[in-house]
Amino acid sequence: MTWLIALPVMLPILAAGVSLGLSRHGRAQRLLTVLVLTGVFVDAVLLLVAVDRDGRAEVAFGGWAPTLGITLVADLLSALFLSVSALVALAVLIFAIGQGTPDRAGTGIVPFHPAYLLLVAGIALAFLSGDLFNLFVAFEVMLASSYVLITLNAGATRVRAGMTYTMTSLMSSLLFLTAIALIYAATGTVNLGELAERTAELDAGVRSALGAFLLVVFAIKAAVVPLHFWLPDGYPTAPAPITAVFAALLTKVGVYAMLRTQTQLFPRDDTWWLVAAAAVLTMLVGILGAIAQDDINRLLSFALVSHIGFMLMGIALFDAEGFTGTILYIIHHIVVQAGLFLVTGLVVARTGTAALHRLESHDPREPGPVPGVQGNEGTPPVVTALFLLPALSMAGIPPFSGFIAKFALLRAAVADGGAAAWLMSAAALVTSLLTLYAMIRVWRAVSAPVIAPAGRPSLTLVATAGIVLVGLAIAAGAGPLADLSERAAHDLLAR
Amino acid sequence: MRSIDLTMAVVVGGLFATGVHLMLQRSLTRILLGFILLGHGTNLLLLTTGGADPLPQAMALTAIVITFGVTTFLLALAYRSWRLSGHDEVRDDIEDRRIGDVRERADIEPTADTGDEDDEDDEGWDDFAGRGRAAPGGRRGEDAG
Repeated sequence: MTWLIALPVMLPILAAGVSLGLSRHGRAQRLLTVLVLTGVFVDAVLLLVAVDRDGRAEVAFGGWAPTLGITLVADLLSALFLSVSALVALAVLIFAIGQGTPDRAGTGIVPFHPAYLLLVAGIALAFLSGDLFNLFVAFEVMLASSYVLITLNAGATRVRAGMTYTMTSLMSSLLFLTAIALIYAATGTVNLGELAERTAELDAGVRSALGAFLLVVFAIKAAVVPLHFWLPDGYPTAPAPITAVFAALLTKVGVYAMLRTQTQLFPRDDTWWLVAAAAVLTMLVGILGAIAQDDINRLLSFALVSHIGFMLMGIALFDAEGFTGTILYIIHHIVVQAGLFLVTGLVVARTGTAALHRLESHDPREPGPVPGVQGNEGTPPVVTALFLLPALSMAGIPPFSGFIAKFALLRAAVADGGAAAWLMSAAALVTSLLTLYAMIRVWRAVSAPVIAPAGRPSLTLVATAGIVLVGLAIAAGAGPLADLSERAAHDLLAR
Repeated sequence: MRSIDLTMAVVVGGLFATGVHLMLQRSLTRILLGFILLGHGTNLLLLTTGGADPLPQAMALTAIVITFGVTTFLLALAYRSWRLSGHDEVRDDIEDRRIGDVRERADIEPTADTGDEDDEDDEGWDDFAGRGRAAPGGRRGEDAG
């Protein structure tokens, strides 16, 4: 069990070091990253099985007492998210290798693989952290590698976008550190388990202030409106696989941290109305922003922001059903969002443009390339089909995974019955409808320049198809998955 | 619960205020300096809230190392930005501006359309269709410029 918990963090970090040494041997480097990520995924699944059987497990590094040393804690929630994240990271890596993103760096050493491995290590550490400061370190590991990935071999546009992204993330990191200092001053510990007991003894005003502080910190990381500006600005400029892995995983780690701290450290009455207001705002502002966009990647980025609101909805409801909905939504969204960005990557690679007005200008009755864009050949029908499946899932059409997650949330809201719950449900329904409109608009544009299917399938196509299939598998296995999520939600409430 | 004395509170507050003010500037060098000051403020807060307790000191040390590494990265990024664009100011987002332009054009066009239809129906439709075909070309010209 000790090894199962430690490996998802240790293995990628060690491999990142080895990978740097292998920078002259591209093939060995690629093989190493694929093997390590496969290992992390297998480990995460084994951990999930073990935690489901034996309950929550803890590892204290170096034998230090939990308050002084570093502890890693695995429970159902972290093991579940870790498994899904590792799988998506692996699929995106295969896409990146197929597209040749890692090889295009102009510098002598190729930093893509080491940075990608460190990104996965940071994400794993964030899910497994047993104390607040370790969570901060995990965020830093994750973000530092993301800064490298987003500015890899960058031109002027990406340096500009990377700067905005880096600065916003750094600001939130420093705020996080400030919050940790204040929490330590107030309680004398940063261990999550001990904090849960000690925050209960705090003065209500101090506790609310600390809760709101952490909420702001994680809201920046999770791109919650009105703290979302950096996301649609920064993400779309990066190459498709990097955008996909950021969109799928980084914001969800923020939501996970919010879910963990708001439920375990602070009681409902302190900050829930803030979360509820943010949920409504995020859903509506995000989707309206998406509709205004012309670039597909930016549209998807705004849609991503909008759907963070759904995850907040479950947190604001603050009961086992609400948390179940949030957990299901996070799992569904990690897979679907990665799939959508990867398909967009395929479309852009084939047609040479992500601008809707160009794609739409093509007459759907005459198959062929987009007029006015050089070096494009149109998309094969299989790509447009691959876009349609996650797009419908995102909009919440049954029987896809999005419908299951949204249904769980709406059911929780109806069971709650309060005015805020009804307001959030209304916003959720409007947002789903507008998401459907936005997705269908993109799908129409994408399916206009269709050509006959091209020869043998490429690695990028296989990776994308794989991730879309995982999305379908989530819908097929909705029963057991909902069970798991429900148990994880009960664990959260039981502290 | 531990409280800090007035001097430290003022120093930490001053570092935070100056740091945030500098981070809101357009020049990357100033943003970088702001980030460094803000980092110092945070570390100082971490130390003063902990007192003689070794744990916050260890945390501050970790935070200093992280801030140091990130500062180096930012310096490299600022240098790259200066090499690429000749100055170190953060530019506007081009796509944002383009969407703003579309809005403005949409505000002007509807009145022109209704004017056409009122005069002669058939020609109005031809005109409409023609404009539909011409739109991508017009856009292309702007993109290049």
